[in-house]
Amino acid sequence: MFDLDLWREIFQSISKNKLRTLLSGGTVIFAIMLFAILFGLANGLQNTFSEGMGGDAENTIFINSGRTAKAGKGNQVGRRIQFDNALLSTLKDEFKDDIEFITARVNKNVVASYKGEKNNYSLRAVNPDHQFIEKSELVSGRFINQRDLQESTKVIVIGRLVKEDLFKTEKVIGEYIDLNKIQYKVVGVYQDIGDDNEERIIYMPLTTAQRIYGNNDFIDQINLTYNLSMGLDNAIALGTNIESRIKKIFNVEPSDQRAVRIRNRATEANSINQFNSVLDILIWIIGLGTLIAGIVGISNIMIFIVKERTKEIGIRKALGAPPRSIQSIILIESVLITSISGYVGLLLGIGILEAYGPSLDTYFITDPSVDTKLVVRATLTLIISGFIAAYIPAKRASQIKPIIALRDE
Amino acid sequence: MLDIKNLNKSYKMGDSSLHVLKGIDLFAKSGEMVAIMGSSGSGKSTLLNIIGILDEADSGDYVLDGVEIKDLNEKKAANYRNRFLGFVFQSFNLINYKNAMENVALPLYYQGLKRKERQEKAMFHLEKVGLAEWATHLPSELSGGQKQRVAIARALASEPKLLLADEPTGALDTATSHDIMQFLQQLNDEGKTILLVTHEEDIAKMCKRIVRLRDGVIIEDNVIKQVRA
Repeated sequence: MFDLDLWREIFQSISKNKLRTLLSGGTVIFAIMLFAILFGLANGLQNTFSEGMGGDAENTIFINSGRTAKAGKGNQVGRRIQFDNALLSTLKDEFKDDIEFITARVNKNVVASYKGEKNNYSLRAVNPDHQFIEKSELVSGRFINQRDLQESTKVIVIGRLVKEDLFKTEKVIGEYIDLNKIQYKVVGVYQDIGDDNEERIIYMPLTTAQRIYGNNDFIDQINLTYNLSMGLDNAIALGTNIESRIKKIFNVEPSDQRAVRIRNRATEANSINQFNSVLDILIWIIGLGTLIAGIVGISNIMIFIVKERTKEIGIRKALGAPPRSIQSIILIESVLITSISGYVGLLLGIGILEAYGPSLDTYFITDPSVDTKLVVRATLTLIISGFIAAYIPAKRASQIKPIIALRDE
Repeated sequence: MLDIKNLNKSYKMGDSSLHVLKGIDLFAKSGEMVAIMGSSGSGKSTLLNIIGILDEADSGDYVLDGVEIKDLNEKKAANYRNRFLGFVFQSFNLINYKNAMENVALPLYYQGLKRKERQEKAMFHLEKVGLAEWATHLPSELSGGQKQRVAIARALASEPKLLLADEPTGALDTATSHDIMQFLQQLNDEGKTILLVTHEEDIAKMCKRIVRLRDGVIIEDNVIKQVRA
């Protein structure tokens, strides 16, 4: 039932007792604002770290070769380990259930020229899967495909920045670019959101490069992504298995750290996850601390308010106010002030995050924002605790003998 | 109007208990103006509080206007206070953030009257105490005498059977005190029953009957010739 008179009483009490209203409202505004800002900043910090992972697929394993550091199986120290197509097929075959994409890489440096424009670029000869591992997005045309690989076609896919360097016109696909005096047809242009440097690379089919640069089947590096469904622990184990398999193929001592080097994103993800969970715990401790401070603050104020109003309560009771009416006035006032202040605090907090968030990039805080639902829940917590904090003294005050309340000076 | 028999009240003071009222018998007819006198600690305020249903007696009977006042819950006590009694306190006890009219209207709010009706009635009673043009002023903008008049208007607003005044002139100077007493006498002339606690002899003499208390018993109960203020 809506009791207009009761609300009039409450609004009068709120507006005529400004200090009291300001005190309790301010506490809630400040607590909620701080809560929103702290969570926002912490989220921003986490955003920075997840961005730091870069644009590559997060489930990548990079395999590189080097020289042996230990003598093994009658071989000398310092023997160079050379990957080749056979190794790629072996891995593809033996780990096919665990591997999502796999590609070889041959790295070269080339001078590319087109109609008088000339520049140095890195060249990567790869398998078609590379596109998905590097997360290259095609702007136009296509990527290297299986047919290119089988026929060692002289086609290339260039990065967005290569295109901007060399081409003045929009039409790129089908044009021929000179790489070290050999002409290649451009079949695609890609972009890479993660990294500008990735857009200064020229891709060609693995077999083409192998034929042109030395007529062999050598590979510099193998990259693969594992099936995400296997989980971090299995992925870390997969990396170890692949490493020992390759070492066995090349007769490398299992303890040799140099000959075969594996970089497993799963291992990195593991430590970043740990860091994030520590950060999470920290955030929650800070958030909870702010909230508890707010609860204590609002509770104190509510107790103080009831104490301050004891005499008024006595007067009202002497004039015939039933206990329920006393309770309603105090409780509704409390809930009203905390709700409105909570809302204001939420707006302020989110507003400050929006206003100052972008300028915090330099402090490793990216796009700080906070889940509104979370802040609303925090506000509800304060409203409820304010209610409870007011309820107990309000109930006591409503039952106090008017004579005692009136004596209170 | 008022019938009290063998009223006892004691307060617990730590381990010992203080027997404040020791078997009070008091009867008052409608239209009386009774002064209850006594030095401090005689139990006069306690008696007034019990009569005003602000406090409860330990034992004894109390009948107010034919209604027995006994074992009331808070809600019922509040209701009786609202319908039977009007209070005037030494310290006025006005609500400081409400203006004169709103203070007077407050007991009517608890009677469940409509806002318009409340305001009309409140204005009527403010006019009666001569403060109609001060209706929108806060208590802090009123003099002591004016505050007490507002308090009297408030006590009258609910049209109570019995007006209880606890040292109504205690915080006022002599001239203002006489002013207030004159007004109370006038109310009594109109038929209002008034019970007044005081420790000032000249104020008591302005009533029609003086009941003297000492150490929780009535030692004297005389009808006197009223001195007009």
